[in-house]
Amino acid sequence: MNDSVITVENLVKTYGQIRAVDGLDLAVNAGEVFGFLGPNGAGKTTTIRILTMLTRPTSGKVLMNGFDMLARPIEVKRGFGVVQQHMSLDRELTAWECMELHARLHHIPGGERKSRIEELLDYVELTAEARRKVQDLSGGMKRRLQIARALVHRPKVLFLDEPTVGLDAQSRRRLWELIRRMNQDGATVFLTTHYIEEAEGLCNRVGVIDRGKLIALGSPLDLRMNLGLVTVQTMTNGKVSYSFFPDMESATGHIRSLGPDTKTIAVRPSNLEDVFVEITGRKVEEES
Amino acid sequence: MRPLADIYSVWWADLRMLRHLWFRFLVTSLVSPALYLVAFGYGLGRGTTVEGTKYLEFVIPGIIALTAMNTSFSSAGMKLNVDRLFYRSFDEMLMAPVGSVSLVIGKSVIGVVRGLVICAIFVVIGLALSSMSITPLFVLTLLVASFLFAFMGVLAAMMTRSHQDMATFTAVLLTPMTFLGGTFFALSQVPDWLKALLYIFPLTHASLCLRAEALGKDFPWVSFAGLVLFTLFFFCLSVRAVRRASI
Repeated sequence: MNDSVITVENLVKTYGQIRAVDGLDLAVNAGEVFGFLGPNGAGKTTTIRILTMLTRPTSGKVLMNGFDMLARPIEVKRGFGVVQQHMSLDRELTAWECMELHARLHHIPGGERKSRIEELLDYVELTAEARRKVQDLSGGMKRRLQIARALVHRPKVLFLDEPTVGLDAQSRRRLWELIRRMNQDGATVFLTTHYIEEAEGLCNRVGVIDRGKLIALGSPLDLRMNLGLVTVQTMTNGKVSYSFFPDMESATGHIRSLGPDTKTIAVRPSNLEDVFVEITGRKVEEES
Repeated sequence: MRPLADIYSVWWADLRMLRHLWFRFLVTSLVSPALYLVAFGYGLGRGTTVEGTKYLEFVIPGIIALTAMNTSFSSAGMKLNVDRLFYRSFDEMLMAPVGSVSLVIGKSVIGVVRGLVICAIFVVIGLALSSMSITPLFVLTLLVASFLFAFMGVLAAMMTRSHQDMATFTAVLLTPMTFLGGTFFALSQVPDWLKALLYIFPLTHASLCLRAEALGKDFPWVSFAGLVLFTLFFFCLSVRAVRRASI
């Protein structure tokens, strides 16, 4: 469980004078769901592009499944699957053809190809849609097809970049179940999201990147405990502020000490959103 | 790595798409060369001769070279450009364990196939309308030219940052070649300084080679060598562009 499948050491990516990724160090453990959060312009997208081999880093080292990304790119590419935020599917192909193309590109032998595609379309409940063109599928179906496609070559690491963005609540919940199932079946999941309940509900650990550096790392509970498990939201002269406390007792004590000009709006358990806002100064929704 | 299997895998997707859209492809690809044939072969050039050859017989090999250029370039380049910038489905290929040489060749082959299919139709028309002949060198030249322009399409698709850039590339490079690349007139009809300039166009060499073979004249080996060099040049640049797009 604690062996790293992704190790990032002092990763740097510069665009002219801008350091999009600035000495990033990170380790993702085998079998975990790792959430990667960060505000807009923090270096999150650049990091994902580097990890999925679409952008060459300026310096630093990335090991995936034990292979150095720059020295052994083909071996690294065999070990991961990607579900991109945008629907990166060929619209004119059928669902089956999309799967078959991916299987061919990943050198799955002909005999095995058919059974694996059937198995995965069944896994994501798209068997009935196999012969339909991608352009005729709903948003949720396309996303599930992307996931099935990413699993064709049985990758050890699965990158999910904002997998539920643009989906309705029902499709989103269905996808969460699928992600849990994939993780239980052995895939390490690297997830980016701006839905806070998604990160809290799915991730074993969360890393927060800002200005190209990792500024927080831990389980959602650890990060909340560091901040305070109870949030008190108050308003003074129209200005809303948040205070954090380790337990309800200390929160209650704080509320009693407030002056007459301050109104208490809410007392609630803290969440990752609070953590995110406190350490980055921005809301999660602002990022995308 | 299995380069041949990889090339086929990359090509396979385009082939499947062609299967779905073959009628649309045929109609759109045949319109321009058919119009050139009618407008220049029968309209403008009716009753005239060029270098002792009837204009219709002179212009048909040129139109075949032009068709190879336009169809191969657009079939390989336009779709790749859309896949890369709009649908971003090309990312899937960049993230797959497929080498850049296989990617470039695989993405070019669809341009070559489509170019050859349309050219084959015009060869049949040419044989029916004129006394042109088809030789192995004619076919080889057509194949090399199709690869050349398909590689050029891949290069343009990989280098441009928008669909508008692609249109600019076409306007700046392909349109001048269309009208100045030896398709519609003989190079002997222009001043020496312009002739020297026109030799920088790959289409000029393709037209010279195809016309010489079709009309039974001496084959211009220097132009053929130029065509091969242009092909290698655009292939190398395409591989470099794909390598720069991923790790």
